Amino acid sequence: MGDPNDPMAEIKASFFIECEELLEALQDGLQTLEDGGGDDETINVVFRAVHSIKGGAGAFGLEALVRFAHRFETVLDEVRAGRLDIDAEALKVFFLCGDHLSDLVRVSRDDAPIPSAQSDALSAQLDAMLGDAPQDTPQDDPIDFQPMGLSFDLDLDDEPDAPPVYQITFTPSAELFESGNEPFHLFRALEELGPCQFNCDSTRLTDPPDFEPEQSYLSWKIDLASTCSRAEIEATFEFVEGLCSLDIVPSGQEPPGDLLLDSALPDLPAPKPLTDKPVAEITAPSADLTPDMPETVADLPSPPPSAAPAARPDPAKPAATSGPKSVVRVDLDRIERLVNLVGELVINQAMLSQSLEQSGLSPHSDAMSGLEEFQRLTRDIQDSVMMIRAQPVKSLFQRMSRIVREASSAVGKDVRLITEGEATEVDKTVIERLADPLTHMIRNAVDHGLETPQDRAAAGKPAQGQVHLKAAHRSGRVIIEVSDDGAGINRPKVLQIAIDKGLVPAEASLSDSEIDNLLFLPGFSTASVVSDLSGRGVGMDVVRNSIQTLGGRISISSTPGQGTVFSISLPLTLAVLDGMVVQVADETLVLPLNVVIETLALNASDIEMVRPGVQVVRVRSGFVPLFDLGKELGYRAPLQDYDGSVVLLIAHEDGSRAALVIDSIQDQRQVVIKGLDASFYRAPGIAAATILGDGQIALIIDTADIISNASAESAAPTLEGLIA
Amino acid sequence: MNEKDKAAAIELLTFQLADQEYSLDIMSVREIRGWTRTTPLPHAPSYMRGVINLRGTVLPVMDLSERLGLKPLEHTERNVIIVVNHEDTMTGLLVDAVSDIIAITAEDLQPPPEIQTSASPNVVNALTLIDDRMIRVLDLSAIVIPEQSHAA
Repeated sequence: MGDPNDPMAEIKASFFIECEELLEALQDGLQTLEDGGGDDETINVVFRAVHSIKGGAGAFGLEALVRFAHRFETVLDEVRAGRLDIDAEALKVFFLCGDHLSDLVRVSRDDAPIPSAQSDALSAQLDAMLGDAPQDTPQDDPIDFQPMGLSFDLDLDDEPDAPPVYQITFTPSAELFESGNEPFHLFRALEELGPCQFNCDSTRLTDPPDFEPEQSYLSWKIDLASTCSRAEIEATFEFVEGLCSLDIVPSGQEPPGDLLLDSALPDLPAPKPLTDKPVAEITAPSADLTPDMPETVADLPSPPPSAAPAARPDPAKPAATSGPKSVVRVDLDRIERLVNLVGELVINQAMLSQSLEQSGLSPHSDAMSGLEEFQRLTRDIQDSVMMIRAQPVKSLFQRMSRIVREASSAVGKDVRLITEGEATEVDKTVIERLADPLTHMIRNAVDHGLETPQDRAAAGKPAQGQVHLKAAHRSGRVIIEVSDDGAGINRPKVLQIAIDKGLVPAEASLSDSEIDNLLFLPGFSTASVVSDLSGRGVGMDVVRNSIQTLGGRISISSTPGQGTVFSISLPLTLAVLDGMVVQVADETLVLPLNVVIETLALNASDIEMVRPGVQVVRVRSGFVPLFDLGKELGYRAPLQDYDGSVVLLIAHEDGSRAALVIDSIQDQRQVVIKGLDASFYRAPGIAAATILGDGQIALIIDTADIISNASAESAAPTLEGLIA
Repeated sequence: MNEKDKAAAIELLTFQLADQEYSLDIMSVREIRGWTRTTPLPHAPSYMRGVINLRGTVLPVMDLSERLGLKPLEHTERNVIIVVNHEDTMTGLLVDAVSDIIAITAEDLQPPPEIQTSASPNVVNALTLIDDRMIRVLDLSAIVIPEQSHAA
């Protein structure tokens, strides 16, 4: 954000953070309106969000943002005042404007070029909606004027049309006259701000002999109707600062005293960095503000009252927001550090318990029971720390609703996104890394999943297609589902393409779910026309890969004529893993517990050889391919005889199964995941590492990777290999 | 070693590899650790000995001797792991034994003769003479960055 020494940079940064929240509120509000809910308050929330962004943007001179926000706000104000009805068309424009507003916020933050063409197009649409409703030209709007208005302007009860009236009580002291000042000149200057009504209060005037000619007995009550800010009025009195008592009160408010803002402050929800400064500056002697003032005042001789923008920020009014949950913003680095430290603690605790066990203490000794308590606490701390990192998926889902809007208008389909479980909390890193695959899936659903309006009509479906986005917690994992109510997967076509591309042998007969899973094969794309939207050569295999890097699995199911469901299952956190500790060729390895569905001891009779190098195990009625983990990792030659070996039966979310031969099972425990430095060396089949209780490192196995590597190695690409 | 007084002194950590003397700029050395068992990485190049636990982080360890194309290190009690930091990547280098820390100036360094061979990686970027012994100064960037063929 430019100059690091810029004292405004920090305030600016927090403004942009605040913008994110405001945009979220805006999206929320619009969504509520679209869903048919919402009342006056909803439209108020939307208006407030746009308005606050405008106010803040003005303070930082982000003109493009201000200009657009102003147009948007003007229309919203008409809606708020009941002069404009919201229909579906209007809502669509509002959504586009919301999207564009967030674009503008983003480019302003990154100092990127402003997409002004789009601004103009949308502004024109907004203006069209206004029709003959009174409209004010943005040029007349002295936005730069309100440097610190942002946090105080949330009271919406101010009359949009009539300028606010300030009640100014001015009592000059004797020193004012002694220093050669003259109230008359001040009053003249005040009149330039707006129409004034002066009332002289002479009640303190005494008769001689008490009358001191050099004393000041008069005071004035002035009603000033002006759209200017309090600071401007104060600026008028700048030269008599300290020589008079001055009270400026916006009408309709109790005059609590000189420092009105002091009393407003406690009402504010937890002061944010942005608000700290303005409050300090405004309550401080007005001289603090004046350096910026003269030129802006000069620019604006006297704004005609009729041109008063509806949303003229009134900085003196206390924020009337309903107090949100008290929230602390913490640097992610600090949380990372805490997470790492807790990781250390867990390892340390494991090492301690191992050495205590080895010392031969009785399990009933104080030390051992203390250790048990310690373990429990460590786990609690770990859970709490992980919860700090957890975030609701709401922000992610909101981004997706934009994707749906853009995608549907690009392909000319009417699509509605229905979200569910937005409050579901997931690790922040997971959310961030989920955005790309999810975007791709949503685009796919709109582009390929849903039929054209004509086809929908022919199938007797409503013209508007639906895409559902659902999140939920299920048995320690997060499930995210993307589903559409389209035609479902065209299985004959998918199979034909796979055969044409040589991905599957021509004579293969595949089950429905096997065909569905073909979509995940690299280089597969069903769209016969490569559209601009999806099918840029990035297929579902990329989606699957990114989900798998997150330790997640993706599966697909489809019902012809009714739609397709993609289901992603993710771990709650990327930092801890429930693992099964096993021994292979004298090495200790960890497998994610969630893939292990069964452990078996092999009998020689259970093993069948399909052909040399490819063996299967009979598990009850089915056959499962057998892999020797020691051999796959290159730790040892394959065992000659698997009789009596221990195998882990593993299953992945996509339904593929395999049996892994290991030497022995040691333990089941929670392990802290330590990333392997990918830039240095990427070991195939290894997801990460962890540190065991004895201080040794154990590698965490990526079973899916092991199996696909092993399958790729085996002579011909067999069907099992491809699907598994 | 009167060079120590000169301002532009370079300190080198010297160590033994297959009866030869090598050295590294001491600024890139983080610590020296005794030998601990490594956890092998599957399908890694043979010079990669595996990973060890360095106070909670996973540290890759390579057999420097084998990395330089010399014969693989024979395990003895004096073997140590030199932990180096190169561009924020920590790596452990397994060497026979650490000998000394010497201070020299840039003038004492001689460029190695231009013998380009494709057989072994060009990892020595200077030579110096100390007490009539030739000491090779290693170029850490050539050692720590894995060759592309192994990176996959």
